[in-house]
Amino acid sequence: MNDLTPPTLSRGCRDEPILKQRGQHEVFCGLTGIIWLHRKMQDAFFLVIGSRTCAHLLQSAAGVMIFAEPRFGTAILEETDLAGLADAQVEIDRVAEELLARRPDIKQLFLVGSCPSEVIKLDLTRAAERLTEKHAPSVRVLNFSGSGIETTFTQGEDACLASMVPVLPKTDARQLMLVGALPDVVEEQAVSLLNQMGIEDVKVLPAPRADADLGVGEGTVFALTQPFLGDTHAALTRRGARHLVAPFPFGEEGTTAWLRVIADEFGVDDETFERVTAAPRARARKAIAQASEALRDKSVFFFPDSQLEIPLARFLTRECGMTAIEVGAPFIHKGIMGPELDMLEKGPRLAEGQDVDLQLARCREARPDLSVCGLGLANPLEAEGLATKWAIELVFTPVHFYEQAGDLAGLFSRPIRRAEMLKLDPSASRGANA
Amino acid sequence: MKLTVWTYEGPPHVGAMRVATGMTGLHYVLHAPQGDTYADLLFTMIERRNHRPPVTYTTFQARDLGSDTANLFKSTLENTYERFKPEAIIVGASCTAELIQDDPGGMAELIGLPIPVIPLELPSYQRKENFGADETFFQIVRTLAKPMERTKQITANLIGPTALGFRHRDDIQEVTALLSDMGISVNVVAPMTSSPSDIKRMGAAHFNVLMYPETAEQAARWMERTFDQPYTKVVPIGVGATRDFVDEVARITGVEPYLDDSRLRLPWYSASVDSTYLTGKRVFLFGDGTHVRTAARVARDEMGFEVVGMGCYNREMARDVRAAAKEYGVEALITDDYLEVERTIEALQPEMILGTQMERHIGKRLGIPCAVISAPVHVQDFPARYSPQMGIEGANVIFDTWVHPLVMGLEEHLLHMFRDDFEFNDAAGASHHGGHAPAASVAGGPAPRPADSPRDISDERNGVPLDQGNVIWLADAEKELKKIPFFVRGKARRNTEAFATERGVSEISIDTLYEAKAHYAR
Repeated sequence: MNDLTPPTLSRGCRDEPILKQRGQHEVFCGLTGIIWLHRKMQDAFFLVIGSRTCAHLLQSAAGVMIFAEPRFGTAILEETDLAGLADAQVEIDRVAEELLARRPDIKQLFLVGSCPSEVIKLDLTRAAERLTEKHAPSVRVLNFSGSGIETTFTQGEDACLASMVPVLPKTDARQLMLVGALPDVVEEQAVSLLNQMGIEDVKVLPAPRADADLGVGEGTVFALTQPFLGDTHAALTRRGARHLVAPFPFGEEGTTAWLRVIADEFGVDDETFERVTAAPRARARKAIAQASEALRDKSVFFFPDSQLEIPLARFLTRECGMTAIEVGAPFIHKGIMGPELDMLEKGPRLAEGQDVDLQLARCREARPDLSVCGLGLANPLEAEGLATKWAIELVFTPVHFYEQAGDLAGLFSRPIRRAEMLKLDPSASRGANA
Repeated sequence: MKLTVWTYEGPPHVGAMRVATGMTGLHYVLHAPQGDTYADLLFTMIERRNHRPPVTYTTFQARDLGSDTANLFKSTLENTYERFKPEAIIVGASCTAELIQDDPGGMAELIGLPIPVIPLELPSYQRKENFGADETFFQIVRTLAKPMERTKQITANLIGPTALGFRHRDDIQEVTALLSDMGISVNVVAPMTSSPSDIKRMGAAHFNVLMYPETAEQAARWMERTFDQPYTKVVPIGVGATRDFVDEVARITGVEPYLDDSRLRLPWYSASVDSTYLTGKRVFLFGDGTHVRTAARVARDEMGFEVVGMGCYNREMARDVRAAAKEYGVEALITDDYLEVERTIEALQPEMILGTQMERHIGKRLGIPCAVISAPVHVQDFPARYSPQMGIEGANVIFDTWVHPLVMGLEEHLLHMFRDDFEFNDAAGASHHGGHAPAASVAGGPAPRPADSPRDISDERNGVPLDQGNVIWLADAEKELKKIPFFVRGKARRNTEAFATERGVSEISIDTLYEAKAHYAR
């Protein structure tokens, strides 16, 4: 029980060819990230400068409107803004004032660029600087782009976090920064495991509130908890922080490898590591074993969506006994994804980008036991008899680290179990009654 | 710029998608950036459609801008034709593509596909979803439908149903049955269920049934002008409107009016003893203009509710809704600002809301029962069972749907009778609704304040005008108020306070409470 060395040194899929196709991308834009980011940052408001389409997307992707006045909204561009009759910068000021007057609880305001605001080259950086000057120190105004022409789905979170890095205060403290917006329960588990190993100074980006004492500098090392944070990675590196390259903390194996890299950095000895992780590892293995029964020897096909595809394919193939047919990702950042690709055994086709119709044709041809895809494709595939897992649930649900490893396997096994349970076609029900 | 939190309507290209997705053999090539494909999930998730909408997006990205978005559109159009071989294609731009001015219509013409290609001009920064649907359907009809000989028998086109429409699927069946009972058959139902070749033969019908003015009025007017086809003005939602509709069809066609009302149950259900508790319930209506107008009539004339407010989010219907509101003695609220609707509801304190998915959320927050009468709706409003809004069965469905969120008649009395029982849970609500929070405290609520000593309750000594906030409830009165069933308690409290304020009374005693009750008795 001492397999604590970093898993397999073979280069897995790292040097495999990647299929790149260009056609219709069936993906969300980066604005979607606002839905979970605004829950995570409790004093932040996300003001999209965009169109009715942007507002409609946020509303539709969120599914239900839980909050009377959520901490996000859209300043909808109108004809007068486009015709140059109204000065867009003045208009942004007006809307921001209106908003801040009504919501004095807001300490961070994000001006979020959209496709239309990018196309008309609306300078949101200038607007953010001007508004910051005006409202400092009570409100900090930042900007990032969540537009579909620049970001895909989870890249919105990356753009948001990257926008926060330059304004973090400088610190020389030796500290660990965990980067990525996770549900609180998961984040607390991670911090607790690290604390138990004696790593005390653990910070999280994004912090729940603007006034959290979060700084960055040359003493900072950071670990990514999400695989889609390339720009944030670059921004932190520019501030002198150093990335701890590791697989992502999905499943027992991923979590252990991720913790191991951090433990090594902080000189945690094997005994301590073993003492802290043994029990949760055992729990995770047991939970995965139970939840993945239905997944053994089943095949899986990933449509590009959340950027979690490669780590999840690694988890499903190595810990749940599945075979991956195709692993599609919106884009593949080899630096960040390297350790994951090393661990993913050769076999699946890797694809970057998308021509959805061609990919659907490959999926139909392969008839996988499970297709992981976006909401627009799920029901049509189910109607063709292909079990699906909607990818958006993977970013809304706590799935990281040991205690959620079983839940993560469960998310994939439920559609397969359902497909096996339901006796709906006429021949099956006759059989049951006979 | 207009700050928007939630929106009733999507952008106009979503309206065009509703038309395309309802049809067969038609494809929509949409010049749009990556991300706009989110709209597919409206159809596949909310409406549970088992096919992808027939829409191909160019999904251009930043790197395409300025280089070859136009070529991207061309190749997408050509590939789409090759891949799907539709009978006709509609082409257009979403909000972002509108800005880059690639002119999809012009490019499509240059390509010269061997099928009709219909360009759509949908101004994204001025108009919204319903306009998009209406305009798209109109352009399709105008391009494809040709004058032709009328069918020998009397036939009608049913126009207006689209994908993602509120109960459109079942309304089609109900209206078809109404006409069939009069010996009139259906020529084409469009856009939903039709193909471009069906559209071509719309001119053969004797008249059009305009089911939803929101999505087909332009087409109806054009066909009236071009094919001399009259169209119906009555939307048959509710008993009275269904009878009026039958009369209108009879007038148009010269056929004897006939309505088989053997399955109609609403009138008796409304007249039965249990329904006396519905009488005078104060309702607020909000939704699209057509559904609000028809629902207001049902609410007042067929359920015995009092309409205390109404409005619509689609400005196109503002005039009609204002006129209707006048008839009910209320001011119409014409707005697409969700927060304004919430404020209005909060101020009016209705006992029930008849609204959209959005008002359902408002109702949840304010603790006011809500039934859905109009789009936008969510997945639960696409039920598996047959549940039209139109015609005879529609009226039955409406009775059940509207009564469901309310506490039932006899139950209202039982709740009252047992409210002092120690096992009674004041927060329990109606017995047919699950999921209420358990009562936090023992029966009777939190301990009342110690009784104040009785003294002169008139406070004119200082000559200080009293506002409602200065009115104090004496402990006994507060206790008595708790005996009033919780679902009318809020109203009783407000009425009593208003009554006290009007009279310059600063403290509310049991007497004040009952004087107020007598004052407001209806």
